[in-house]
Amino acid sequence: MKRQILALSLAFGLLAPVLSPVCWPVSSKSLQVAASTPVRADGDAQVVQVLNRLTLGAAPGDFERVKAMGVKAYIQSQLQPQSIAEAEIVENQEQAAEIIRAKSSDLIQKYRTAMQQNKTLKKQQAQAQDAAGEMPGKTAGKKGKGGNANNERKTYVRDTAGAIIKTRLVRAIYSPRQLQEVMVDFWFNHFNISINKGLDHVLVGPYEEQAIRPNVLGKFRDILGATCYHPAMLFYLDNAQNAAAGVPGPKGKKSGLNENYARELMELHTLGVDGGYTQKDVIELARVLTGLSIPLPGLRRMAVQNNGANAGYFGQFYPSRHDQGEKVILGHKIAAKGAGEIEEALDLLARHPSTARHISYKLAQYFVADDPPPALVDRLTQKFTASDGDIKAVLTTLFDSPEFFDVRNQNNKYKSPYRYAISALRATGVQPERYELIANFLKMQGQPLYGCLTPDGYKNTKAAWLNSDALLKRINFATILGGGAMPQMGITVSYDQIADTVNGGKLSAKTEAVIAKTPAPLKASILLGSPDFMNY
Amino acid sequence: MNRRQFLQLAAASTLTAMLPSRSWAYSNVEGEAHKKLIVILLRGGMDGLNVIAPYGDNQYQLIRPTIALHKANGLIDLDGYFGMHPALAPLQPLFQDKSLAFVHACGSPDPTRSHFDAQDYMESGVPGRKSVSSGWVNRLISELPTKHSPIRAISIGPVLPRICSGPASVATVMKNIKQSRGALDRPRVESAFTDLYSGLNNDIGGAFAEGMAAHKTVNNILAMPAPSDSGNMMSMDKEQIIANRGAQSPNAFPNFGRQLATLFRQDPTVQVAFVDFGGWDTHVRQGAEMGQLAGHLTPLASGLADLVSGLGPLYKDTSIVVMSEFGRTARENGNGGTDHGHGNVMWLLGGGVAGGKVYGRFGGLTQTNLYENRDVPATTDFRTVISSVLSDQMHVAKGSLLKVFPGFQASGSAFVS
Repeated sequence: MKRQILALSLAFGLLAPVLSPVCWPVSSKSLQVAASTPVRADGDAQVVQVLNRLTLGAAPGDFERVKAMGVKAYIQSQLQPQSIAEAEIVENQEQAAEIIRAKSSDLIQKYRTAMQQNKTLKKQQAQAQDAAGEMPGKTAGKKGKGGNANNERKTYVRDTAGAIIKTRLVRAIYSPRQLQEVMVDFWFNHFNISINKGLDHVLVGPYEEQAIRPNVLGKFRDILGATCYHPAMLFYLDNAQNAAAGVPGPKGKKSGLNENYARELMELHTLGVDGGYTQKDVIELARVLTGLSIPLPGLRRMAVQNNGANAGYFGQFYPSRHDQGEKVILGHKIAAKGAGEIEEALDLLARHPSTARHISYKLAQYFVADDPPPALVDRLTQKFTASDGDIKAVLTTLFDSPEFFDVRNQNNKYKSPYRYAISALRATGVQPERYELIANFLKMQGQPLYGCLTPDGYKNTKAAWLNSDALLKRINFATILGGGAMPQMGITVSYDQIADTVNGGKLSAKTEAVIAKTPAPLKASILLGSPDFMNY
Repeated sequence: MNRRQFLQLAAASTLTAMLPSRSWAYSNVEGEAHKKLIVILLRGGMDGLNVIAPYGDNQYQLIRPTIALHKANGLIDLDGYFGMHPALAPLQPLFQDKSLAFVHACGSPDPTRSHFDAQDYMESGVPGRKSVSSGWVNRLISELPTKHSPIRAISIGPVLPRICSGPASVATVMKNIKQSRGALDRPRVESAFTDLYSGLNNDIGGAFAEGMAAHKTVNNILAMPAPSDSGNMMSMDKEQIIANRGAQSPNAFPNFGRQLATLFRQDPTVQVAFVDFGGWDTHVRQGAEMGQLAGHLTPLASGLADLVSGLGPLYKDTSIVVMSEFGRTARENGNGGTDHGHGNVMWLLGGGVAGGKVYGRFGGLTQTNLYENRDVPATTDFRTVISSVLSDQMHVAKGSLLKVFPGFQASGSAFVS
């Protein structure tokens, strides 16, 4: 409650100084009482809710289509993405982006080779400059011979990141398997890694493709395992360096226990910060995870446990770096048995009641309300446990709940920048020639794609995203997009075509009135920049 | 918290020694609203040993045979042991006036040599913990006893950096006035959206009104004539780009000092500003008195001098902190550069700074005094230095400091010499 009041006063306090802070506890209380009697949305409003929450934004015509199909049938089909034909533009992009299917070991090798070559070339350049008696830094600035080494590596990383980002955007905007894209957003943030950290510049694509996507509607235990063993995660949260105390690292570097991944595995990925673990448990889990690493050049000669078909795609277990003692996690004894300990620990964490509650809370917050109804969280928690963490089963319960269709939970969420940009592009049908423009917009909104630096991922609440500076930038974006004036996106958007993408065409009185008196070429921009379009 | 509780807390803390007696009166909020803070982050790992060089240490020239600074070539002596890079000459008068101080061998207790992690920790203010999502500057803003204003806190550049992210609102200011003009500046668009959002009695309406107010204020101030941004970027390799996290070299923004000073002078509600510069990751041929590092220090130093003179009477109430995520190796490498290290020098400017001194627990460059046999150790936590500035100069209370740097207790003073 305390935190809730704080969040409320942060959101409103500064903007509405007339409200005395003592009002808040009273009104939050009355909200809680009212929450026990849901008001069910009518047919059209149900269609709007389903489009708002199961997609990243309605496209023109979606409203009538889903209405004709029926919300139940639509939900069912979205829960079975394979039953929906993929869009051609998506398939073509997936085909073109070879990197997402690459073996991480190959990418690591390539990245390191590029680094090494770059270093050597830079040395040679420096020597050449010395011989020529030039000032340092000068030649490097010139185009042509001096900059080649740098440019090659820069180009490699830029093209790789460009392909990964474009693939995600194309899928999010054009795939008819929208719930799948929504869940990719959810799980990627839950198991976040950042493209900004070294090897993850290139590994982030395979990570999403190989660890996240196959599991977004599957069993929680599977997505947990896939992210745990993926080199991108092992590198991002430093488990690649995690070794038993006293075991020398590569190139004779100091090595030892690294708790970073173990801590986030409990705090963020499974139990939650109040999930009932101690610092001792973190250390014990870190000990279990010792030896699980990426293919490290200096370690190649060490014994590697064979991991079959996954070899090269997922991490490697180096028994000689593993802590051979017995561990106790959350009171559960784990006998020493090498890599098998990791499986046992993941089983324990995935099936812990705190994990069921933590994931259920996050799903309810993502799909229903920033401050999710406790009764719904309880029911989802039960379903999670009863179904052994079956995400599809939990979502079925969620989409069937009175809370999901409660009118007070409609348009009560504020779009994240990602959802805002994708929904605007889906509404207008604009096909960007240069996806960098969208990526750049997301960066300016404070949500660069794959660029969340911290492992907790991007938040999905209004408090995180509503700020004045970013709102103005959204309106600028909307004006350009709606006016067909975005460079290389030259289509003119007609207001009449896109009107049904917001609430099935039902706008607030204010927005309706302003659009009515706005000259035609600006109408679409006003809609895309309106408060109605900021919420969902 | 009442005064008695505060005194009990303060008495229990090792920080007491650092707090001047006036600090307890912090709760007199209006009185402190005129205190300003400017934070400058140099991304990439500035080579502190060639900015404030321990030239009096006989190891210095031995382990840096081609890049060491020499008095004969312009090194500015500060105290007979430390000397200042000649590119910092524009700041020499401030050192003489005792409003510029340096604290050497500062850094993070976390041993990482990764730009990514080290910047992350310096920005979150919680080294070693990865999941802290707000930045310390943002948390500080929430603790400042100021009345709200749309541009109370500003960050230079289009993207809000990690250090400024969090619940408190921070206005982003473009380096170039032209870039800050958007579609919303067209009168017809502005009037339509103002119509749409005005009278909305909710948070979104409030955010719009506030955003427009900030945008207009900043635009009006910056529309005043300023020298053009004609500097050219040095070419950077990929690691530098990562190291810089998007921040441009000071060469690309030489008028930052004048621009910041104008914002502070024109709008008294501006209280905190943040700006970052890249280009400090000098692995190869960093140069000595001249060269790559000098090329970055020159516009930075002259920009700072402009800032100080532009602030004029506000300078006495302003604190400026210049910092970088880590220092570089004590020895130069085989390419005439230096690699990622640990302890570094922090720069402090401002009317309240006990300047004219190089502080810090600096143990010299003999091998046994180096961390892992290669780096200046980080003997003063960077948060100790910032905490001192916040408490001594901005009169931020102990309780608030704990919110800015959760779980951190300064051990001893930053200002030992």
